[in-house]
This record gives sequence, C-alpha cells and structure tokens, in this order.
Amino acid sequence: MKPAPFVHHEPRSVEEAVATLAEVGHDGKVLAGGQSLIPVLNMRLASPNHLVDINRLPGCDRVEVGDDHVRVGALVRHAQLLADARAASALPLLGQALACVAHPAIRNRGTTVGSIAHADAAGEMPSVAVLTGAVIEAASVRGTREIAATDFFEGPLETTLEADEVVVAVRFGRFPTGTRTAFLEAARRHGDYAMAGVAVALGVTDGVVSDARASFVSVTPVPDILDLTEAVRGREPGTVDWSTVADAVAAHVDPEADIHASADYRRALVIELTQRAFAAAAQEGVA
Amino acid sequence: MTTRSIGHSVQRREDPRLVTGNGRYLDDLGRDALAAAFVRSPHAHATITGIDITDAWEVDGVEAIYTFEDLDELMARPLPVLIPHPALTHPRTCLALADTEVNHVGEPVVMVVARDRYVAEDAAARIVVSYETKPVVVGVAAAREAALAVHDDVPDNVAAHLIQEVGDVDAALACSPHRLTIPLTIERSACMPMEGKGVYAVWDRDDASMRMWSSTQTSTGVRAAVAARLGIPLARIQCMAPDVGGGFGVKINHPWPEELLVPWAARALGRPVKWAEDRREHFVSSAHERQQLQEVEVGFDDDGRILALDVKVWHDNGAYTPYGIIVPIITATQLLGPYKPGTYRCEFWSLYTNTVIVTPYRGAGRPQGVFAMERTMDAIAAFLGKDRTEVRSTNFILPQDMPYDHGLMFQDGRPLKYDSGDFPASLAKLKALVGWDDFAAYREQAEAEGRKVGLGIGCYVEGTGVGPYEGGHVHVETSGQVFVATGLTSQGQGHETAFAQIVADELGVRFEDVHVTTGDTRRMPYAVGTFASRAAVMSGNAVAAAAKVVREKALRIAADALEANPDDLEIEDGVISVKGAPDTQISLSTVAVLSNPLRYAFDDAAKAATQFAGTFDPDKPPVAEGDEPGLEGKGFYSPTQATFANGMHAAIVETDPVTAEIRILRYCVVHDCGVMINPLIVEGQVHGGVAQGVGGALYERMAYDESGQLLNASFMDFLVPYASEVPFIETDHLETPSPLNPLGIKGAGEAGTIPVSAVLASAIEDAEGFPILSMPISPSELWELRRQRASAAAHSATTEGDR
Ligand SMILES: Cc1cc2nc3c(=O)[nH]c(=O)nc-3n(C[C@H](O)[C@H](O)[C@H](O)COP(=O)(O)OP(=O)(O)OC[C@H]3O[C@@H](n4cnc5c(N)ncnc54)[C@H](O)[C@@H]3O)c2cc1C
Repeated sequence: MKPAPFVHHEPRSVEEAVATLAEVGHDGKVLAGGQSLIPVLNMRLASPNHLVDINRLPGCDRVEVGDDHVRVGALVRHAQLLADARAASALPLLGQALACVAHPAIRNRGTTVGSIAHADAAGEMPSVAVLTGAVIEAASVRGTREIAATDFFEGPLETTLEADEVVVAVRFGRFPTGTRTAFLEAARRHGDYAMAGVAVALGVTDGVVSDARASFVSVTPVPDILDLTEAVRGREPGTVDWSTVADAVAAHVDPEADIHASADYRRALVIELTQRAFAAAAQEGVA
Repeated sequence: MTTRSIGHSVQRREDPRLVTGNGRYLDDLGRDALAAAFVRSPHAHATITGIDITDAWEVDGVEAIYTFEDLDELMARPLPVLIPHPALTHPRTCLALADTEVNHVGEPVVMVVARDRYVAEDAAARIVVSYETKPVVVGVAAAREAALAVHDDVPDNVAAHLIQEVGDVDAALACSPHRLTIPLTIERSACMPMEGKGVYAVWDRDDASMRMWSSTQTSTGVRAAVAARLGIPLARIQCMAPDVGGGFGVKINHPWPEELLVPWAARALGRPVKWAEDRREHFVSSAHERQQLQEVEVGFDDDGRILALDVKVWHDNGAYTPYGIIVPIITATQLLGPYKPGTYRCEFWSLYTNTVIVTPYRGAGRPQGVFAMERTMDAIAAFLGKDRTEVRSTNFILPQDMPYDHGLMFQDGRPLKYDSGDFPASLAKLKALVGWDDFAAYREQAEAEGRKVGLGIGCYVEGTGVGPYEGGHVHVETSGQVFVATGLTSQGQGHETAFAQIVADELGVRFEDVHVTTGDTRRMPYAVGTFASRAAVMSGNAVAAAAKVVREKALRIAADALEANPDDLEIEDGVISVKGAPDTQISLSTVAVLSNPLRYAFDDAAKAATQFAGTFDPDKPPVAEGDEPGLEGKGFYSPTQATFANGMHAAIVETDPVTAEIRILRYCVVHDCGVMINPLIVEGQVHGGVAQGVGGALYERMAYDESGQLLNASFMDFLVPYASEVPFIETDHLETPSPLNPLGIKGAGEAGTIPVSAVLASAIEDAEGFPILSMPISPSELWELRRQRASAAAHSATTEGDR
C-alpha cells in the first residue's frame, strides 16, 4: 500500500496551479486534504504522474458569509467550517450535514470543497450543495467559470470539471428567511458513509408550508432535488402527515445493493429518514 | 507491613510509553533495512503457468527477486502442520512461496527485496505471473457439498472428521419428551490487530548468527521454526518480540511464510531485511476465523432438562490447516458451557475452502459453541414457555459437582474437567446486575412509547491456561533492582505490570523495583506463547516459582551474614530482617553483592564482594559446591490440565421498529477468573473482549464473492466497531479460586468476546419475537427477516382464508 511514483507540485498561487494543471492535463490530480485521494493512490487504484498540491495557495482558507450565500474556499477544512459560527447561523444545514461527515481526525484534514469535487454519491456535501443551489467556482488558464451544482455532478465520482480546472471555492446558497432545514442519515457506524441520508428544506410562509424539497445521499447516482411542495403546500408544518411523501421518495430514489445493505432496505430507510427529517424540520421553532 | 500488590488495581506501567507514541513496534526497528514486498495471488484457485520478472529488475533499487525456484531444499518444503491430530487425516499447508498452485487470494508467489518498500512495491507491480484459473470453493456450504475440491487429492474437502460422544445420544433422543432441531450459522471475522504482522532479521556473517524480531505471539516458536528451515543451530539464532500492537490469535500461527523468507533473504543478501505487513495484506493473507454451519438436535423434559444433545458442525478451515483442528475441537468441547446434558455428541467436519486460512481468534471456536448452546437454551425456554434463566439453572453443573469431568478430551489432549466455579451464584449476580426480573415492566413501558426492546443472556465456560509450560527468570542486581523475564510475549495486555505485582509480593520488594521483559529468547529461551488466555496462569505462576527460588537463596545468604536462622527472617520492601528484631537487617542489594564473589571492584557495591574484603570464609570455596553465583533463579509452571474460568453476560437492546437499527442499551458482565492479580487489567480485558464481540455480532464479516475475492479488504468496509458502537459495559466479579495453581488464578483474556453473539442474538430475538439463527446481523438483514416474516404471515393468512 505505497503509491506509485509521482511528481509533487507545490504551486504558490492559483495562476501557478492552473498553469501546472494545463501542462500535466489528464496525467495530473489536484491534492487537497488527501483524505480520499491518498487512499486511492496507496491502493494503486490510480497512479497519476503528477500531484498538484493546492495546500499552499494563499487566500483559499476563508469562509465568507454574504447576503445570499456562504462562500467556502478550497482549503477550508470540514472542521473549520463546522466551527464557523457565522456560517452556522447563516446556513444551519452546513453544520447539520458536516457533523455526519467522517470523524474529527478526517474533518481536520479533509476539505469541504474537496468532497464536492470528489463527487462521491455517498458524500454528504454534494447533496447539500445541490439543495442549497450552490455555485462551483472553477479556475483554469482559460479563466474562471461558475458551474451550478445541478450541472456539476455527472455520475458517481464524475463531474463536469475539466482535467485542467481547479475549484477555488463553492458558494452555498442561503435559504429564504423562514426556511427550516434538517439532515438525517443512517450509517453502519457513527461517521461512516451513510447507507442512506437526506437533506431537507422546508419553507414556511405565513405559518404554512410554502416549499418542501429534499436531496439525498447514497440512494441516487448523483444528488438531485426532489420537490415535494405540491403534496404539502399550505399545511401547517406541525400538522403534516409526512407519510404522504413516501411514494414520491420511493419513486425518486434508485438505491443499489452493496455488502452493507440491500437496495430494498435502503429505499425503505430513506423513505423513513425523509419523513423524520421533515418532521424534525417542522418541529423547529415550535415551542 | 508491605501491602500485597496482588489484587490491587495497579495502574498499567506500560501505558505511558504506549499511549505517548513511545512504543517500539516492529516497523520502528531497522530504519535502514532492505524492505520486502510480495506479489500475491489475485485468484482464489489457479495453476501458475509462468512468472516473468524481467521488467521488475528495471526498477532502480531492487536487490533481489525470489520465486519458489530459488528456495533451497529446506525452504522449499511445505510449512509444518503445527498441531497434528489423529482425526486430521488430510492436513495441507502452503509453501513459503507458491510453486504450481495457489489456493486463496493473497497467497505469496514472489518476494521482492529492495531499497525501501516503495521501490519494492513498484517492482512487484511489474512482475507478471500467468495463471490458469480453476473453479473455486467459497463458503462452508459449498465445501460441504463438495461439487468442487480445493485440493485435488481431497475430493470431499474434508481435512478432518471427529466424533466425540458421551452416553447413548440416540437412545436418549428417542425417549425424550420433547425434541427440537435448530440450524445455525456464524460468519467469518478476524482478529484485526491494529499492528499487522512484521519481521525484521539481521544476519551476522562473521558470527554466522541471526537476530530477528517478529510481531509474534511466540518468539520461541518462531526461533525454533526458523532454525529448522534455515538449518541454523538454536545457539546461533535469537528472536525477540518488540512491542506488539495486538495479536488476538493471528500472531500465534507460525512460521508465517514471511517469517521464514525474511531471515532467509537477510542471510542470502548479508543485509538486514524487514517486512511490515500492510492492512490489505493482512486481510488477504493473515488468518480469519469463526465460520461454521451447525445443526443442533436436542431432547429435553418438561422442566427443560436436556436429556440428549446432538450437534453437527461444519467448520470452514480455509485453504490450509497449519494450526490443525484446534478451533473445531474447542467448539465441540466448550459448547457445553456451565451445563451437564444427560448425553452429548458432537460431530464435526473441518472443511477446505479457497479462502484465507482459519486459526484461533480470541475466543477460538468458543463463540460458535456458545452460540449453539445458548440458542438451544432459548429455544427450549420458548418451547416450554419458561423463563430463560430457569431453563439454564435446571441444567447447571453445581458447585458440589466440582471437579466436573465431562468425559471428553479438551484441546490440550487432556480430559475436559472443570476445576471450580459457582454458576448459580454467577447467575444470581447477573440477574441482579441487569435487573432481570424488572425487565417485563420496562418492556411494557417502552412498548407504550412505540419502542421495541429485548433482553438477552449468554453463559460460557472457558478452559484457560493450557500447558505445556512457561518459565520465569528472576535476577536481583546489586542495585537491588529486580529483573524478571518470561518467554511468552506481550501484545499490550499488561504483563509488565501484572508479573511485576506477582514478583513484588513473592519476593518482598517494591513493585517499582521490579522490571519485566517478555518474549526475548535471549532472556528466557523456554516458552510456548501468549494465547488461550494462558499468560497470567502460566507465566504468572512461573515467575512466582522463580521468585520463590530467589527468595530462598536470599534468605540463606542473609541468614549467614546476620548469623540467624533463615526461618526467622522476612523480606519487606527489599530489606531482609529478623522477625521481631527489625534492626538486625541486610538489604537485598547487599545480599546480591554477597551472592557473587568477585575478583574486580567495578563499583562501590562490588567492593564488598572482592577477595580482600574479608567477606568470605577463606577455608571455603567462594561459591559453595552445588551453588551458583548471583542472586537469581528460574522457575517453571506446567499444569496437568487447563483451569476453567466462566462468565455470564446479559444485554438490553432496542431495535428501531422501521429502520431495524440495533442499539445496545445496556451490557452487563459477570465474570469469574479466580483470583484477580489486577482487577483493572481484568476489567480492561473484559471491555476489550466485549468490544470485539460486538464487532463479531453486529458489524464484522468477510464478504467473499463467488469467485473468492474479498470485497471488503479494508477498514472502510470491514466494520470494526468504533468507541461510538461499543456500549458502556457494567461488570461484576466472582472470585472462585482455581485449586490447580498456587496463585489460584484463571485466564481472562478471551472472556469478554465469547458469548457476545449469543447474547445479542438472544436480545434481538426477544425484541423481535422471532428466532435469530444467524450471526452477525445487520439492520438490513434484520429488516429483511421482518419482511419475510410479514409476507409469510400474510401468505398463511390468505391460504387460511381460501380454505
Ligand atoms: C475514514 C474516512 C471516512 C470518511 N467518511 C466520510 C463521510 O462520511 N462523508 C464524506 O463525505 N466524506 C468522508 N470521507 C472523505 C472526506 O470527507 C474527504 O476529506 C473528502 O471527501 C475529500 O476532501 P479532501 O480535501 O480530503 O480531498 P482529496 O482527497 O485531496 O481529493 C479528493 C478528490 O477531489 C479532487 N479535488 C480536491 N480538491 C479539489 C479542488 N479544489 N479542485 C479540483 N479537484 C479537487 C482531487 O483531485 C481528488 O480527485 C472520509 C474519509 C476517510 C478517510
């Protein structure tokens, strides 16, 4: 379990990073926190000849809270974002989901942007990115472009990012005032990748449900949004019978079996989790 | 008065070193050694048709590449069958490097030695081994079916077949008022020590001698095995076990191919060579355990008394049988636990499969046996509508039955004869601890809240401290410091602490002045190893015996010096004095000086022992006839049979009514390992054992696919429970001393692990209301069982309606 030989690049600026990436192209990989990439290299499941280590890029370690977004730089570790009080109050869903990402040791090193770039269907943050309408800021020698989260994820571990691009930040969208969120997952062990998980956002306007949306972890090939508003619109959130969303969830998800759980179980699990998550969100703020 | 150290929860003295990163593990040694890496079989069953190493030589830094062809005659022989048994009619072992055939994924085929491990792996990646794959046998059911064979010359896959019977089981079954048949399954798991195996060898060309270190549970065993295969006299090879990061059984099997190949290559190259196993290698080439299919047929009366117990076990031994049939023998014998069935028969088949070998893993066949027995107890209780503890009590061996001879042969080839234990007392303690009689009320309350809870129980008896022997060596230096060596090894259990406590008490010195070395053949070349919960019993009693020898010698020398009778002397805190006249005294360090007449004065203390000091009687030889210089002594302990510890566990679980997630709300242990040297260490062993048991019951399994590939060969997918999955463990102890050894102790190392699958199956069954016959169990599987029950119920409802 030692990686094959590679050249280690340590760019000191985004310009230098993208220039190197342009040079090494498909034979290179960006190295951020290394919590996903290093195991892959050690097991020789991949052996790129170049690693472009972005850990020394200046200015990428900031969390910025704007009126309609929380901007997370490429070097912000999960732990840093989880501990950021401003981000937590601006977008509680971030903290709700990050608490389920791995364990403290991994969160100290792994980056939130890296987990989005990695695009694991079992990762929590891609689904949060989609539900919040996040924008991915990608840089290359051709300049910077912005990719909507819904256009970013193509398949498990596949994104529309080009081989010569680096993500410099992700802007998570903030929900309108009155939106309540929850994140729930079931993992075999605490902190493991989930067998199934769900992020929900429940919009409440004038005391009644105006919006109900969910995105999922581990049960859809790429995270996408399931809009459940029609089923519950206009109801008082505390009185909704959330079993009404079960069929829509069942039809939306497409879980696969693995050694930890059958596909049918995952489907049943995510239906239940979705109901519980909405119920929890509905309870929020109710004394 | 010195307070006795034995029986006190002395803090483990190895902990500061181990928890601050100052441990010295195998891979901490030999920084400049050459590194070995192995090309291992990617196929579960194949013929090797060619090996091309040319490309690998292109890699800069490669020092050697070895295939089977390169091995000399001794090294080319199959590895030894360590524990032969008459019933093991078809033993098979692997070669150090595969020749024409591989029988499991991970079998070593080519060894690469290079500048460092990175280079070695780069070169290994370039070696092309051609295979013709053969059909594979995966899983014990396929092995039993024997449509295909693992070894061509063992067409039925049966390595061993053994029947042990006490009484006439068929006759007793025939006249039993009630009979039940219970099919059971236990899946594969593995020890998974945090540190994998590792070997480091240094050959001294000029001295023609070997020093080697192995992350092993038996350094004497490794030394003897390597001496035999390398043709080196024992006098020219020493083996040390450094700090070892866990063993749990997997490091008792020996020699592993790497344990021979590394020293062999070190000698061939005249350079130090090291191999440190990585996790992936550990998964596919170190041992697993546990998989069995079982069928229990039981006959019993209206009280639940077992009249006949007939058990069949199909045991998966993997591709080879280097460790013989110890595991299924233990299952067959220890299955009986604290009970005395009227008649008993156990028949087992030990079967080959194209998977990693099976050797003892903490519990070693007992978890499976206890699963069979305890599931049977619960089934009888359910059938008769009786309390589960009542059925158990009815079948208990009672204190007045001790010593109790089951009439069977145990794993050490000796009678299965329990020495002591008080099972009714243990059960009473457990019921009080868990609140057995109050559970019905708790369940009612939980049900009212829409929650499902269940209570489970499991009992076991564990034969510990098997022979043949262990030894101890105690040396008091002139500083008064006491150095103790025992040959068996330590994997972090706390031997440095517990053995020091024993010697401190036996010798009459301060605990702080006693220093313990384990697993170093230079210090104690006679030893067996650490396994079978034997360290405390065997080495504990051996170091006690050695300390006694030293004490006697010290008293003799002191008596001379003080002109007193040895019987009138006592030793306390390292000072020998006349009882009742404490001012007439001499320190142990002075006695150590006097014990060793010297020509030269190296230091002030030594002066007193030199020839002109006037200390010695000029008319006698400085060392009396029959005596030896030095204040030191050796002792050995060799018991006639094992000593039997026991315990009972109970758990309360909650199962989610929708998601079928399983949560352990309480876990209670009552444990009896005789006299406890150090209750803190015993407690720690129980906690660790339960944690491992929880892993085996709810999380861990070896997911082999039908082609024999291990799908979860990493800690990502092989789910060792985290601290967050291990419940708070409540313990209570009973101390029923063993009459078999001077210290009255029994082993405690495996206890926690043994009944956990049985206990949790019992609790889940109690929560769900249907039988749990297969472990481990995941939420997904429990959910599936519920669905099957529901659809079967719906089906029978419709067919009933049709009628
Ligand atoms: C034991 C363990 C448990 C874990 N459990 C979870 C879990 O429960 N949930 C979860 O979501 N994750 C989990 N992770 C993964 C962890 O969250 C990773 O940190 C994260 O997925 C990747 O972030 P990273 O910074 O470590 O990226 P790296 O490992 O450095 O990179 C991962 C991939 O993303 C690419 N990449 C990274 N950053 C950029 C960038 N800025 N621009 C372009 N490409 C980039 C890399 O090239 C690489 O392909 C776990 C990891 C471990 C080791």
